[in-house]
Amino acid sequence: MTTQTPDSVGLADSDFARDARQASSLGDVVRDYRDRLRGGDMGALPAVAGLVVLFAVFSFASGDFLTVRNMANLIVQAGAICVLAMGLVLVLLLGEIDLAAGYTGGTSAAVAALAIVDHGQPWYVAVIAALATGGVIGLLIGSLNSYLGIPSFVVSLAFFLALQGVLLKLIGDGGSVPVQDEVLRGLAIKNVPPMWGWIGAGVVVALYAALTLNRYRVQAARDLQRPPVALVVMRIVGLAVLLLGLVGLMNQNRAANPNLPVLHGVPWTVPVVGFLLILWTFVLDRTAFGRFLYAVGGNAEAARRAGINVQRIKVLAFVFAGMMAAIAGILQASFTGSVYPGSGGGNTLLYAVGAAVIGGTSLFGGKGKARDAVIGGVVIATIANGLGLLSNASYINYLVTGGVLLLAASVDAITRRRRSAAGV
Amino acid sequence: MTESTPAPLLELRGVNKSFGVVHVLHDVDFAVYPGQVTALVGDNGAGKSTLVKVIAGIYGRDTGDYLFEGKPVDVSGPRDVSALGVEVVYQDLALCDNLDIVQNMFLGREQKTGIVLDEATMEARARDTLGSLSVRTVKSVRQSVASLSGGQRQTVAIAKAVLWNSKVVLLDEPTAALGVAQTRQVLDLVRRLADRGLGVVLISHNMGDVFEVADRITALYLGRVAADVPAKDVTHSQVVELITAGRSGDLGIAENPATATV
Repeated sequence: MTTQTPDSVGLADSDFARDARQASSLGDVVRDYRDRLRGGDMGALPAVAGLVVLFAVFSFASGDFLTVRNMANLIVQAGAICVLAMGLVLVLLLGEIDLAAGYTGGTSAAVAALAIVDHGQPWYVAVIAALATGGVIGLLIGSLNSYLGIPSFVVSLAFFLALQGVLLKLIGDGGSVPVQDEVLRGLAIKNVPPMWGWIGAGVVVALYAALTLNRYRVQAARDLQRPPVALVVMRIVGLAVLLLGLVGLMNQNRAANPNLPVLHGVPWTVPVVGFLLILWTFVLDRTAFGRFLYAVGGNAEAARRAGINVQRIKVLAFVFAGMMAAIAGILQASFTGSVYPGSGGGNTLLYAVGAAVIGGTSLFGGKGKARDAVIGGVVIATIANGLGLLSNASYINYLVTGGVLLLAASVDAITRRRRSAAGV
Repeated sequence: MTESTPAPLLELRGVNKSFGVVHVLHDVDFAVYPGQVTALVGDNGAGKSTLVKVIAGIYGRDTGDYLFEGKPVDVSGPRDVSALGVEVVYQDLALCDNLDIVQNMFLGREQKTGIVLDEATMEARARDTLGSLSVRTVKSVRQSVASLSGGQRQTVAIAKAVLWNSKVVLLDEPTAALGVAQTRQVLDLVRRLADRGLGVVLISHNMGDVFEVADRITALYLGRVAADVPAKDVTHSQVVELITAGRSGDLGIAENPATATV
């Protein structure tokens, strides 16, 4: 790809027609992918590989790990981590960090729970109140970072401490607020009726197939760059296998013993996370706001010169991250059944940062996807779940999770260096 | 000095600019003609960058007129200038490494249908623009800018500037960091831009580049225009003298700059 010298000035109207528009075969695609890996662009590969290893190790070490019941449990555990991590991806894309995201979620969940318990509001009003709380906290953090220029690390650390105080004041020392609402509590403990699970998965696969095939058709008609049709089909089939496999697994009876009532269906957490994943994938890949997030994270000065309002984009990223934290807080409260002064504390935030980074989001900004957060979230939840089953002391859980986060950050830093060397 | 040159596309008349007590530009007259490459030369500190930033609208003028297509225009910011069809390609290029060529070329001016980005149209237009500039060294318009060579990055930055049917393009030291082959490639592109009828301003330290592509040469010396001459009327060493001493034979500023007339 070194440069060639045009023979003379102004000749050859367009030789650009010769550039590669289509990787002609699957072999080319595989070769391209291998080149990208060598260049340090690992994407989600480490997370997927890690997941395979973790599943092998835990299913070997504990007979309870690879049961349908535990898988359902793992999925619900992963839900809150995935959602919080998706919110953090928005901030990480800018090269910023929101250390307060965990307690933003806890505070928002407390607001929701209190709205129901103390004020008798319906669940949807409570959810809106929680989203508003998260959004306002994000607005404050983002404005202080963007307009005042305080590093996000410091602003969000201050909020990390202050929000613990807010949470304590809202709930009261040593107290807790129960989450008994049918709908909110149901997110974690209720399941989608099996038939609806099949229908939902089928609709998602059909929509994905229709969208990608239509996109391919447009690209081919206008002779634009496009993947080989075989790869498009493989992606559709892959998604179908994954989703239908998940529904098939979750629709089996997983009651603890045969005498108990039948327990089957996909936990309601899954459609919630799935919807948010589709939403943010769409926003990041297909809208101007998403493009601006990548641009600001890649080169803020270039974005500014291109006429992008960099400060506003930053504030919006923090606002959306705060709202995602609120949803994560509600999912977590739904899982534990109550909000208490420690909600969103402990390792909640580091789990989410770890999830985003393990999935392939760069801490240096400009690189990451919503998908990364979900894959990474499942990895982190698997570690927590598996170590819990081995009934080790919780200190091991902390050590392992910290080690994994450090490992992921190291991979990020090393691949970043290789990327800039290889220029991929 | 005024032979059969067409009317200037962009013209500055009697521009003065001071930063505090430092008087950077003294009564500068500067013109850009359609279809011509005007080289802006001068030593470090001669005021080239300041002049470019005044043209780009980043700095205001203290006094002086800004004319576009013969009419005085009121320019108060970079947006006004790009609305006129004047684009500046800065030395540091301002590209996002993590985005691909198409995304960079349309950054901040994305084509949309509703709220959804219209990738197909953007890719087709980027391809057309690169094709019309005879760019043929890029493997794919969907590769990330990080993977491009210095010359290719410069090419993308220039193509980004001409994508919007701009009329004047200012290039700040486009070949400063490039090797021989890449310099060749960029200079060809500069020439092609002028052949398309654009007014091109080339800011450069490299006399070889200047004499190769420039039609006119404007030399700045300590914030004054030392000379504004057709490139074919001057020699290499005359231009160097203009840059370093402000005068060369009967060209340039008179001995005492304070009372000088050009």
